[in-house]
Amino acid sequence: MSGRKLLMSFPVTPTSHLLAEVRARGGYQTLQRVLTSMTPEQVTKEVTAAGILGHGGAAFPVGRKWSVIHLNDSQPHYLCANADEGEPGTFKDRWILENSPHQLVESMLIAAYALQVRNAFVYIRGEFDLPYRRLQGAVDEAYEAGLLGEKILGTDFSCDLVVYRGAGSYVCGEASALITSIEGKKGYPRNRPPRLTVRGLYQRPTVINNVETLSNIEIIVRMGAEEFRKVGVAKSPGTQLVSISGHVAKPGVYELEYGTPLAKFIYEDCGGVLGGKKLKCIIPGGISTKVLTDADIATVTYDHKAMEAVGSQVGSGGMVVIAEGTCMVRLLQVMLRFYHHESCGQCTPCREGMGWLHRIIDGIVAGRGRPEDIDAMVRISEANDGTTICGMGDAAGFATVGIIAKYRDEFEYYIANGRSKCGGRLEVDVAEQEAAHA
Amino acid sequence: MNTIVSMHHLLPEFEKMKRRYPAGFESSLTLPCLRRIQQERGYVAEEDIDLVVEYLGVPRIQVEEVLSFYTQYRRKPVGRWHLQACRNVSCSMRGAERMIDHLAKRLGIQPGQTTADGCFTLDHVECLGSCGTAPVVIVNETYHENMTVERLDALLGELK
Repeated sequence: MSGRKLLMSFPVTPTSHLLAEVRARGGYQTLQRVLTSMTPEQVTKEVTAAGILGHGGAAFPVGRKWSVIHLNDSQPHYLCANADEGEPGTFKDRWILENSPHQLVESMLIAAYALQVRNAFVYIRGEFDLPYRRLQGAVDEAYEAGLLGEKILGTDFSCDLVVYRGAGSYVCGEASALITSIEGKKGYPRNRPPRLTVRGLYQRPTVINNVETLSNIEIIVRMGAEEFRKVGVAKSPGTQLVSISGHVAKPGVYELEYGTPLAKFIYEDCGGVLGGKKLKCIIPGGISTKVLTDADIATVTYDHKAMEAVGSQVGSGGMVVIAEGTCMVRLLQVMLRFYHHESCGQCTPCREGMGWLHRIIDGIVAGRGRPEDIDAMVRISEANDGTTICGMGDAAGFATVGIIAKYRDEFEYYIANGRSKCGGRLEVDVAEQEAAHA
Repeated sequence: MNTIVSMHHLLPEFEKMKRRYPAGFESSLTLPCLRRIQQERGYVAEEDIDLVVEYLGVPRIQVEEVLSFYTQYRRKPVGRWHLQACRNVSCSMRGAERMIDHLAKRLGIQPGQTTADGCFTLDHVECLGSCGTAPVVIVNETYHENMTVERLDALLGELK
């Protein structure tokens, strides 16, 4: 296995998510210690010193986000966990919500104490069924046990937690759209400044962190920043939950210590490519991150700096393995259909740009492609970059430019011949696949 | 036309929900109230918008926007079994396109349609966070993962 485990540190059983078992494993002891022996400032100091980066995709330093909150500004502060997991290829937060929901609840309580939050929220995507039931079950258990609500564990600290269900919108995973959605409105992202830590939910200072990021808070406080930093590498402390899917022999969620060789992870831990096929490329961290070829990943380690050095990102940890023989034109078509569908329509470059990109690639796949289409797609993508309120326009552009840069020949072939160089395949051998499912 | 059932009986539930929110967060209840109504009725009717507007004191346009913005809200009834098949990257790479074609053929409808007997509605959707257990089909609210043609047929046999 690849490195030390922080979140996946216990055997999962049908009852391991329930409060009784969590407490038998030492759950909520860190909260008890925090509430009785630490000041809010000390908690934030520890989290900052741990150097943890956001695990939702943007890798923003958590301590820096938290430090914007002024504890004595005599106004309410809010905390939101972003459980709107919807970046294609990403299903890691679902593992926490289903298997370790109390880890999130306890960590959120510690964070709420540090940030002096009375009302916290988990924004969970509307389609999630079991993850919602598991989380709501954990919240109900916590209320019952006096771990949520008034005077938690007999201290002066009180905090309420609402699990807020989305209703089907990719863009609501963007922090400002998320809080607009919690306000009961259509999920339009907001312009910054002001930052959400200055004016967020109902215009009050609000911290929004990813589920996995928050779930690490209890671990950081329990271990202490110094010990936590011994896991991972200097610029990327800790671990990442990687969800791996696509043409991979053993798909699933794995906890990977930062600094692990990526090729070792894919070929040893995950069993390599389905059916023993050769690897064409991977999408490393959600479909918005740039693809990496077999050669790119041969020597790279899995951490933020190293992934950036080969031209991509850790992103959301949503890794997709793509076997040789897969048609990259059709794959990009699937992605662009998705982005077009999910563009909220607020900003012109994204609303129109996604439509243009989608229509152009549909034309190519239908055999109506023109040689100038390839450059047009790159031009539209680049024109989107930095011109929209949220990062979705940029993200679609990265994906498009990344695939065209590495597989331009497949686009040229498709346009010249009116058909795919790879037979239009998205699946590997069907028989092998059915066997893998059996 | 005037026989539509009122959803006023849900108001006590809404009141209970409200208690976990801070004061002044009434607007936040828009999404959860609509969700609960849809669970009950199967879709959100004109009368339900009236109810939410009146109960929460939010502008009518806000409720209309929410209903049209989020894909999960429906303004019309669907079949008894609502099948939603993912066709995003990881599901497509694991056979989603074949699954959707198979469903369409077996049910005799295209995505977006309901069978004449009102039993099935078929829709395709984007990433459901089930990439590691792809392909996935949601039936009403339940995920059915690692689907194959055989498993789809078995599932359809159970849904009547």
